[in-house]
Amino acid sequence: MIPPLKRTPRKNPILKTRSPLVPPWIRSRAALGLTAAAACGRFELQVCGRCSAVQYPPREACHHCLSEELVWREQSGYGELIASTIVRHSHENYFRERAPWPLGLVRFDAGFSAVVHLHGGCAPAPSRVRVGARLDKAGQGVLVAFPVDEVANMADDRELREMTCDPKFRKIVVTDAKSAVGQAVIRALVEAGADLIWAGYSEPWKKSPGMAELEKFPAVTLFPLDVTDASSVKEAAASLGGKVDILINTAEVHRAHGISSRGGIDVARMEMDVNYFGLLRLAQEFGPALRARAADGQSSAVAWVNLLSIYALANYPPHGTFSASKAAALSLTQCLRAEMRTAGIRVINVFPGPIDEEWNQTLPPPKLAPDAVAKALVGALKDGVEDVYPGDVAQEWYARWRDSAKVLELELTR
Amino acid sequence: MAAQNHREAVVTVPITVPYVRYSIRNGHWFVARALAKLIEDSGVQKKEIDGLCVGSFTLAPDSAIGLLQHVGLTVRWLDYLPLGGASGIVALRRAVRAVEAGDAEIIACIGADTNHVDSFRQNLGSFSVFARDAVFPYGSGGPNANFAFLTSYYMRTYGATREDFGKICVAQRDNALGFPHALFRKKLSLEEYLNARVIADPIRLFDCVMPCAGAEAFLVMPRARAEALGLPYARVRATCERHNAFADDPIQFRGGWVLDRDALYGSAGVKPSDIDFVQTYDDYPVMSLIQLEDLGFCEKGAGAEFVRQHTFTNDGSFPLNTSGGQLSVGQAGCAAGFLGLVEAIRQLTGRNLGRPVPNARFGLVAGFGMVVFDRGLCSGAAILARSDA
Repeated sequence: MIPPLKRTPRKNPILKTRSPLVPPWIRSRAALGLTAAAACGRFELQVCGRCSAVQYPPREACHHCLSEELVWREQSGYGELIASTIVRHSHENYFRERAPWPLGLVRFDAGFSAVVHLHGGCAPAPSRVRVGARLDKAGQGVLVAFPVDEVANMADDRELREMTCDPKFRKIVVTDAKSAVGQAVIRALVEAGADLIWAGYSEPWKKSPGMAELEKFPAVTLFPLDVTDASSVKEAAASLGGKVDILINTAEVHRAHGISSRGGIDVARMEMDVNYFGLLRLAQEFGPALRARAADGQSSAVAWVNLLSIYALANYPPHGTFSASKAAALSLTQCLRAEMRTAGIRVINVFPGPIDEEWNQTLPPPKLAPDAVAKALVGALKDGVEDVYPGDVAQEWYARWRDSAKVLELELTR
Repeated sequence: MAAQNHREAVVTVPITVPYVRYSIRNGHWFVARALAKLIEDSGVQKKEIDGLCVGSFTLAPDSAIGLLQHVGLTVRWLDYLPLGGASGIVALRRAVRAVEAGDAEIIACIGADTNHVDSFRQNLGSFSVFARDAVFPYGSGGPNANFAFLTSYYMRTYGATREDFGKICVAQRDNALGFPHALFRKKLSLEEYLNARVIADPIRLFDCVMPCAGAEAFLVMPRARAEALGLPYARVRATCERHNAFADDPIQFRGGWVLDRDALYGSAGVKPSDIDFVQTYDDYPVMSLIQLEDLGFCEKGAGAEFVRQHTFTNDGSFPLNTSGGQLSVGQAGCAAGFLGLVEAIRQLTGRNLGRPVPNARFGLVAGFGMVVFDRGLCSGAAILARSDA
């Protein structure tokens, strides 16, 4: 049974902070397909297009008929746990520090056997399990066996918590608490059990509805933050950087212009200054602090979340400059992922479709409620996934983009 | 039966390069020492060795071809077999056929590996594509975790107990007490075995081998040549090998030997009851039980009962791993795949370094290894006979 997570006592300040380590992270190209799917919350394996045999470990040719037609398909993951063990001696420091580490051997209904991480809620072998794919601390896809039925305190399992970014008992910065989405995220984090939420606000002379409500939560503290001002970002990082477990960048500026609909570049520049350079400033100031605390006990630094937009994947011409600024931000988050990899900090990108707010006023429905964005974002933290596409519009655009990015471009620009 | 003609190939000159826990030398040094000792003990000149077969994991970026120029050998026949615990059996098969076909006259078969402080960890991380993608990221416990699964499954399915495994380990330690090359020569009690540190449940310290550096080797040559040189030899009655057998079994509760044992005994003209000693590949005691079952000494699943009915010291009812096995001697990489063969040759030629098996006429040696993903892919076995048997 999983004991419920307890708040840990205050850290002894004399002790050296444990440096972050990650589990073995090298994978073949074929195996990266498993990671790519796990990054989006799916458990996929290659299935032979000719004879339907499921392949594991991932490979270059069907083990049954040698066909090269191997297609990644979602798996149910049901199988039988036929043996388990607990690794008490490991050859890698990451696991040495976290021993004892439970493992299982599962015989999948799909007809292959695999070594899996073993969730503590699974009954002893032989027992029925359901295997899912998660990203481990190295950001690579791994298999985890779960009990078929939920047990109490599922998310508090010690092994699983290494792979997720659960807000429970963690300290979180939300960079813009003035927007509807920012406020919805803060409410959702309070509900998810966050210990402390520092809520950033810029331009304090512009009162925003809802800010007063936020201050009523005991966990929430407002702090001034203007992501277009390097010294503001620096000051915030100096004061909060060493305490932050999760940074959620909700700061964005959104206008509805393409190229010719507005003269001059001042609006586009403002969009870039917040949506792209704001991210860069934040990453430069907060990044090193998060990396240093990535293995700092139970409530360690664990994630960086970016509120992007589905328009980052493919430009939506009526909001063309906004789309471009989000595309720039997306590219930068890929750079951020590379720089966060060795520390095991998860960089999570949320790509909502049009949100039900003022700058999307003239767009037809369906539009996304800020609460729905917040729910998807907090869900991504709890699952430890990398890319989330909340809402029907985002889901459809993403499916079209995966099918053919060029065809989506034509659909949007013709 | 082995070819009953003047080209019948025999095995001779069993040598061991003493094992050490860590060495600053590289793999080439151990191969060279083995070669030098083969030459010294056989009276054969270096230039007369015209075939070489090497099993090693620590020659990179060299393979066997790099060794030739390193040690100054010219050969007509060359093989490189990084097959771990099956290296020796497969090397023997290759070399016997080559000599009998006339492709080479005197073949040196060598298993050799060095061991540095970080060798084992480095090898684990790059052992195979599947291990790197689907095993090493899961706890990095090495083969201990894999065989913990198998041991746990075997105990639950067939009712074996830790005492059964312990009996084998204790007996092998007794066999090692007289063997000068064994790294472990302190008596082991069943109590110590049972209470040892847990490595990966249910496997404990004395279920695991100690990785080390060393080499094992022998020569294969025509029988007439061995007699002319005055070298005691053992005859090769039969051999077998099979790789990736039973690929659809959910877990490796049996190995390729099941499919090959009838032909092996038939070819050798002997029955299991004729065998005077067995060298299993004992990377873990559960594998020894599986080999005893699969090689026809008892039914599948009856390994524990077999253990309870027999004693395994060299003077016992079923001499097993007569120099202590790798559990007591140590695992010097691929040399562990040669250890059983070299000990078998010693027992059958009266060249024992340790305790002899009384009146040993036939010996069976098994090879196993290469856990590329979730099971050891290689299996093999050889039945050797005393020269007058």
